[in-house]
Amino acid sequence: MRLAAITDIHGNREALSAVLDDIAARGCDALAVLGDVVGYGPDPGWCVDRVQALGCVVVQGNHDAAIRGSGADMSANARAAIDWTRGQLTSAQADWLAGLPLTAEVEGVALVHASAEAPADWIYVTGEGPATGAFRASRARVTLCGHVHVPQLYSLDLRGIVAGMRVKIGQAMPLLRTRRWLAVVGAVGQPRDGSPQAGYAILDTAAEEITFRRVPYECGTTALKVRAAGLPEALALRLLGGD
Amino acid sequence: MRRPEKGLTVDGFTLGEQRHEGGFATIWAVTHPLYRTPMLLKAPKILDGDDGPTIVGFEIEQMVMPRLVGPHVPRIMGQGGFEGLPYIVQEEIPGQSLQARFDKGPWALSDLIETTARIAEALAALHAQGVAHLDLKPANILARETGEVVLIDFGLARHRDLPDLLEEEFSIPMGTYPYIAPEQVLRTRGDPRSDIFALGALLYEMATGRAPFGMPAKMKHLRRRLWLDPVPPRFLRPELPEWLQEIILRALEVDPERRYQTAAQLRFDLQHPGQVVLTARGRKLRPDGWLTLWRRRRKAARLTRLGTSWARADVPILLVAVDLSPEGEALHALLLTWVRRMLTHQPEARVALVNVIRTALLGIDTGVDAAGENRHVARLVALKTWAAGLDLPEAQLTFQILESVDPAQAILDHATQVGADHILMGARGHSTARRYLGSVSAKVVAEAAASVTVIRAG
Repeated sequence: MRLAAITDIHGNREALSAVLDDIAARGCDALAVLGDVVGYGPDPGWCVDRVQALGCVVVQGNHDAAIRGSGADMSANARAAIDWTRGQLTSAQADWLAGLPLTAEVEGVALVHASAEAPADWIYVTGEGPATGAFRASRARVTLCGHVHVPQLYSLDLRGIVAGMRVKIGQAMPLLRTRRWLAVVGAVGQPRDGSPQAGYAILDTAAEEITFRRVPYECGTTALKVRAAGLPEALALRLLGGD
Repeated sequence: MRRPEKGLTVDGFTLGEQRHEGGFATIWAVTHPLYRTPMLLKAPKILDGDDGPTIVGFEIEQMVMPRLVGPHVPRIMGQGGFEGLPYIVQEEIPGQSLQARFDKGPWALSDLIETTARIAEALAALHAQGVAHLDLKPANILARETGEVVLIDFGLARHRDLPDLLEEEFSIPMGTYPYIAPEQVLRTRGDPRSDIFALGALLYEMATGRAPFGMPAKMKHLRRRLWLDPVPPRFLRPELPEWLQEIILRALEVDPERRYQTAAQLRFDLQHPGQVVLTARGRKLRPDGWLTLWRRRRKAARLTRLGTSWARADVPILLVAVDLSPEGEALHALLLTWVRRMLTHQPEARVALVNVIRTALLGIDTGVDAAGENRHVARLVALKTWAAGLDLPEAQLTFQILESVDPAQAILDHATQVGADHILMGARGHSTARRYLGSVSAKVVAEAAASVTVIRAG
């Protein structure tokens, strides 16, 4: 199975379209959305409809949960964007987001937005420490998650040692059968690793490989829409720099 | 997790006799209904899960070996993880490793050239696929019945594009101490030139019957590799030719930059001894004096880094085919101008100059007689004179005179040998002969793996 995993779309229509085109061009058997369809970006309604139309597995992210939740633990910019987003969604769209599961599984591959350790606590897997917790909480050989907006790959070997691997974009990374794996998939709609290009990953379960990909899109268009919507200026600027 | 035993079947592979039990792994003969090739199963010995290097070495083999193709590596048929039986099944290469031959002392010159050339060929194929072996030694070298050398044991290998599982975890130098390269002592993993050093050490041992650095067993003795020169092979066996010592000691240079940069270059020199440029390296008859050693040792004490992983990828190789015939003269100045222009953009580039002597079809005048020898030398002098206009240091420049009935093919082969990224050559004008014989530059453009620039007089 070739599974395309996309996450952290954040209402970015241009980035989502570019990524879906790239996935179609590369041929995948399955698709999974790892949460945060909305938040930050200017086209939340369009993105919800597009993701629903995909008919694939979708798990809930913290921004999706905040639409019907309080958003109290969020940063000021994120909360401002959530308040704005609530007004953009139909109640059916908001219901759908609120009803998404926190975790899912596709052919033995575990899917979660943040960490399997406590999915609703939205823990950032940013290093070997949090990765260890995520490994402990799950029995899956391969787990895919998002939330961090920076692509990362961790392994847990036989001795129980968790190691972060350098991710090389576009290079198929072997997922050794002697280890368990945790891949943090980069963000579609708001990358934060210095490159403005939209990120996603393709997991090939037959070849036991994962490939992290980046797709260029018109981030300037999205940034102007963010500004036109009256959202915080920082949310427009960070799309251009990928920071 | 299961343990391997006779009669056990995993993923269709049925274990037969145990062939070998080493410190780190057991080897079993296996059969599979779909494969008729003789196969071996290698299963690591897992000792309470704390035997780090063994496990990681096994994982590196699982990661690297299935990605390699060609006759110089065993084919991989299957592998398993720790959920069942950890194993790798690979094609069995019949026969013994080179270890048995090494135990018998010095080699005859012709055997040594043949075998080393074969090993160099295998290394070149490996490096071309982005893998450095990093543990080249007699016990890891086998041969097919057809003659090709097969390299085994990739537990310390490094793949250019994949994560290095060993670098992440271990801080001691990894390798086999008699053959380990100086940069490996300083923990640079992934310089393909480390394999060239190990090949130099093998070549030294073949020529003299002893290892260049003895058989150190302790890590604290390894640091000597940064400053202590091996006893010159001709000090041990004065009958050895100077060119062979030149090749051996060049491969054993401490600084990877001063070694052969590719295995193919070393192979070429071995097969064309007449063209090896002799320096003090080839002529020296005794080890360096104490003062030189003391100075080098003092300098080495401050050394913390040598070599780079896959440095070769950053240094472009520019092959310039120079036509030294009267017809080619018209382009000499223009070709020189173009080489200079390219060097302004890539000042680090290595320039390989080549000139081809077209021989008669039957190959009678192949340069082995005195007249051929003279013509060779004359061309080499002419090529060096032409290159004087470039004003490049010796290390950045190589000269080669080739002989062939087919100059285009000779240029193409040489481009492959040196791993050229770019070929620069002139096109002669239009003539009747060209219409019938075909143009050299046209064939090079059509068939080269590298980029090609053809210069024409305006």
